[in-house]
Amino acid sequence: MRTPSGNKVYGMGAEFPSAASLYEAAKRVRDAGFKRWDVHSPFPIHGMDAAMGLGKSWLSAVVLAGGITGLLTAVILEFGPSTFLYPLVVHGKPFDWKTVPAFFPIMFELTILFSAFAAFFAVLIMNGLPRWNHPVFNWRRFSRATNDGFFLIIEARDPRFTELEARELLEQSGGSHVTIIHEE
Amino acid sequence: MDGATTAPDVIREEASSSVERPLARVPLVLNRRNFSWITERISGAVEGAAPRWWWVTFAITSMVAMFGLFCLGYQISTGVGVWGLNHPVGWAWDITNFVFWIGIGHAGTLISAILYLLRQKWRTSINRSAEAMTLFAVICAAIFPGVHVGRVWMAWYLAPLPNNYGIWPNFRSPLLWDVFAVSTYFTVSVLFWYTGLIPDLATLRDRATTKIKKLLYGIFAVGWRGSNRNWRHYEMAYLLLAGLSTPLVLSVHSVVSFDFATSIIPTWHTTIFPPYFVAGAIFGGFAMVLTLLIPARAIYKFQDIITPQHIDKMAKVILLTGSMVAYAYTMEFFVAWYSGNQYEKFAFYNRIFGPYWWYWWVGMLFCNCLSPQLFWFRRFRRNIYVVYFVSMCVNAGMWFERFIIIVGGLHRDFLPSAWGLFIPTWVDIWTFIGTFGIFLSLFLLFIRYLPMIAMSEVKIVLPEANPHHASPEEHHVVAAGGGERTK
Repeated sequence: MRTPSGNKVYGMGAEFPSAASLYEAAKRVRDAGFKRWDVHSPFPIHGMDAAMGLGKSWLSAVVLAGGITGLLTAVILEFGPSTFLYPLVVHGKPFDWKTVPAFFPIMFELTILFSAFAAFFAVLIMNGLPRWNHPVFNWRRFSRATNDGFFLIIEARDPRFTELEARELLEQSGGSHVTIIHEE
Repeated sequence: MDGATTAPDVIREEASSSVERPLARVPLVLNRRNFSWITERISGAVEGAAPRWWWVTFAITSMVAMFGLFCLGYQISTGVGVWGLNHPVGWAWDITNFVFWIGIGHAGTLISAILYLLRQKWRTSINRSAEAMTLFAVICAAIFPGVHVGRVWMAWYLAPLPNNYGIWPNFRSPLLWDVFAVSTYFTVSVLFWYTGLIPDLATLRDRATTKIKKLLYGIFAVGWRGSNRNWRHYEMAYLLLAGLSTPLVLSVHSVVSFDFATSIIPTWHTTIFPPYFVAGAIFGGFAMVLTLLIPARAIYKFQDIITPQHIDKMAKVILLTGSMVAYAYTMEFFVAWYSGNQYEKFAFYNRIFGPYWWYWWVGMLFCNCLSPQLFWFRRFRRNIYVVYFVSMCVNAGMWFERFIIIVGGLHRDFLPSAWGLFIPTWVDIWTFIGTFGIFLSLFLLFIRYLPMIAMSEVKIVLPEANPHHASPEEHHVVAAGGGERTK
């Protein structure tokens, strides 16, 4: 979709006065059947995932995989040298699998370390970050999204998107400053 | 109500306040501040020119830090002999300082992770600066084990790598566990802290007035735009990082205590050490949080965000952990007597009446056990000067405690012929003071360039952040339990 001047349209945005009104608007947009849209707020709004029709984040699965990787790394790192490469007898203690209690602390630490890295990189990758720019930043009012502004933006590539319907829906939900946002 | 209050009126008033609003709470942000006020006030501390006090303080702390670094350089180039430690006291101020600093870090993680899991919303006002404090304290801590081995260019021996004979480090050694615990702790703390910073960096990016600020804050804000599709994953990541940091922080000081507990030195060889060290770490760390935040709160006028209620709650944590520490001290004496072990009994007799007697009477007894007991009383928890005095006592007391454990354990162990005292040299003293310079310089840089309070998190505790919040007019501001009343 393009404007008469030839600029590609990213979507249509509206500003809402409060977290509560944004929450109600999100429910209406969800029920209207839109799929490619998003709300922007300075803080996470409790219950907004359900209001947008989003399920639980699957980031936890990535973190579990990270934790298992960390645990296995520690098992190999400890048993490899101590049991196979250069068995080291200290204090007359065993060096086979029976020594495992003394290996628990490092197994624990590496499990945590790898899980934390998994959480950190997963949240960036799953959110498509880092990125240099985004069409929403072309909207001047949008800079308030990190201060005290509440925004709802419907993308033009949503199959249901028409300028008329989107504008009507946003205005009826209590949005103000309804604006067309361009790609560049 | 006009005129004299009659008895039925009083009863009705009490009934209405206790029955109709049973869950009324003192608000966490006072004076009904709104979202943009929070942004303005917290970002305002970072934007604009540095105030004169900042330059003066930073000049002093960075000079102290430089002198500390000079001492480290002198020690590395000359040898560990420039310190006062020798046989039998082979661990002295170096390891005392290490345990002291690493312990201070623990309060930051407790606030950011454990209180998050416990849904303690008051943490949002203090978690950012407490986490920053954690990082800087761990940096100071990491210096000491690094240099006390003498030949720092051999520090790679700490890493899990084979040496030139193909021998690997002993993975059953608590000293190696410590390397893994502290490095994991630092790394995870950085990740957690930075993850929390991203939305606030985006705020600073959107408010930036110069191109260079916009670029730098923009790079570190990774293009954050407050999208709920992003918040969804972000909140899960934050929750999991909190969940991971919680056992981690408990493990770190436990592992630090294993360095002592797995040896056979009297007063060290004890199973009470892990919980005792963890409680002590949180105790000392909260004192340091208060030491840093009470002045910062006054200078930057954050009184509406870091309220008397927050200080009250931190004082309660100090009272709790301080009492746990006092219990552990008592238990050590009991076990020394009950064990019937003469070395153990002597070591504890020596702790009170030996050459380092005043360290115990002043540091452990007065500073750690007695001074926090003031916090049983509300009027002391609400008095900023008393709170500051007690936190200073605890800061000092926790350093003395570590000194007593380490040097007190080593200087008179089994054979009287092998006894000896430890006397610090100027290098010992200035290296320690230098780490305070490093710590405070880093903290000053932090409050200068990064938002010292988590804006996006403080906004959540406002009533307007609740999606079921009706309208601003219906927002009752209620003081409960005789708390401060707001208009």
